[in-house]
Amino acid sequence: MTVADVLLLALGAVAVGSGALVVTSSHLVRSGLYLVVSLGAIAGLYLVLGAELVAWVQILVYVGAVVVLLLFAVMLTRAPIGPSPDLDRPGLPAALIGGGVGFGLAVLFADAFHWVRYPYPEPGTAERVGEQIFGAWVLPFEVVSILLLSALVGAIVLSRPDIGARLAPEPTPPAPTPAEPPPAGPEQPGSERPGPDTDDAKAAGLAADETEADQATDATKGAQA
Amino acid sequence: MPLWLDLLIRVAAVMAGFLVLPLVIGQAEHKVMAHMQGRVGPMYAGAFHGWAQLVADGVKFVQKEDVTPHDADRTVFRLAPIVALFPYLVVILTIPLGPGLVAQSLDIGLFLVLAVLGIGVVAVLMSAWASANKYSLLGGVRGAAQLLGYELPLVLAAASVAMAAGTLSLSGIVEAWRPWWLIWQAPAALVFFIAGLAEIRRPPFDMPIADSELVFGYMTEYTGLRFAFFLLAEYVGIVVIAGLTTVLFLGGWHGPFEEQLGWVWTLLKIFAVSFVIIWLRVTYPRLREDQLQRLCWLVLVPLALAQLVLTVAVKSLL
Repeated sequence: MTVADVLLLALGAVAVGSGALVVTSSHLVRSGLYLVVSLGAIAGLYLVLGAELVAWVQILVYVGAVVVLLLFAVMLTRAPIGPSPDLDRPGLPAALIGGGVGFGLAVLFADAFHWVRYPYPEPGTAERVGEQIFGAWVLPFEVVSILLLSALVGAIVLSRPDIGARLAPEPTPPAPTPAEPPPAGPEQPGSERPGPDTDDAKAAGLAADETEADQATDATKGAQA
Repeated sequence: MPLWLDLLIRVAAVMAGFLVLPLVIGQAEHKVMAHMQGRVGPMYAGAFHGWAQLVADGVKFVQKEDVTPHDADRTVFRLAPIVALFPYLVVILTIPLGPGLVAQSLDIGLFLVLAVLGIGVVAVLMSAWASANKYSLLGGVRGAAQLLGYELPLVLAAASVAMAAGTLSLSGIVEAWRPWWLIWQAPAALVFFIAGLAEIRRPPFDMPIADSELVFGYMTEYTGLRFAFFLLAEYVGIVVIAGLTTVLFLGGWHGPFEEQLGWVWTLLKIFAVSFVIIWLRVTYPRLREDQLQRLCWLVLVPLALAQLVLTVAVKSLL
């Protein structure tokens, strides 16, 4: 066994072990942190295998961004310190499915490769990956780029209700010609902007809050009286 | 030279830099801030202008009791300062001081640096959540939002200079650097510096710490050595950001007699940028959370994208 073999086995054990802890731990946030360890160990595996660029991409994207977003979301909603047993699901079906898939894949790989020794490929340096991506695989690369870009635009549209949202139908006198847009002249600056509406809504919300607060104080006064 | 000796010398040099440079920067911050505010700063420790003040501080931190809050998640709480310090240690390995004078030369050093700096967010979230303190959690969530946001302009600005140099190796970028890049890459340099400042959460980007409203943000519950680790991480962060700005945008070791004195030029430039970082702390008030995010998404990101276009245009004209 070479040093690389030992490192592969050790990192693989860390990745699998912390991966198992992710799903078995009843500490919500700790699961996320175990995921950091697991993904970091996988980055280490890439590094040992000579895929330098992929390893750092793994760190940058998964450890630095994806898991952080996950932790961020958990901490914004509910992140108790200590175990949360009420969140546990029955583990038996999950163990069956997970174990079955793992065993099946292992059998498939063993059957497909039959312990054949393969020569090491060239290390996946940034130069080689770049040549491959922008040479042989440039079309799939561009297609994936467009897919990601449209997902990005979609996320922005979804998160901003002021873009492309249908205006709520107004309950008071229905417009006589709803099909025709009103003539927007220069004497109506900012007629397309939903600004005043949102301001009104905010004002209404504030007013509602105030009345609620007043009622609350009245209630407490009543209770005291 | 045998391999183990080579390795030993490199590790010793990096550890020395890791321990000495932050102390120098810290002492400079005491003194520069004091003089800018019409004070003299520390004067007693070490007899000459208080040079040993930070050593004394370190001794004080060691003596303090190591308190872990009762409700805290102890393991995570204790790990967080080490996780905070670790990325900077890795980054210092890759910053070249002179021609061929680097602890670990890497083909894709720039990419490694950007990837590893991202781990800092995990440390912020860990310390914030494990403290079982609402101020810590608020500071941590603010910090995570800030770090995630400002990573984008940081990476884009670094990508611009990497495209200009045609390499991801830090040494290669310094070698390819020419003085007129100071103008060509000026917007990227500005964006990188500001985003870097936000990445290390220095004023005016210290909203996650904001001592007047959040006590001390995610560091509120830390005492003694663990708190000192966070402070050390902050000062090493200054060294790292100043070093990266120097290497990427200010030409690293370029200067008169660069074959012999290259490392002096690099260190001088690092100290000059660090001085500016300290200067900004004394000059500007803290940015509010919405101003901070606005600056990132509406100013820095478009600026960095425009710089990318400019870089490509000039590069294809040459």
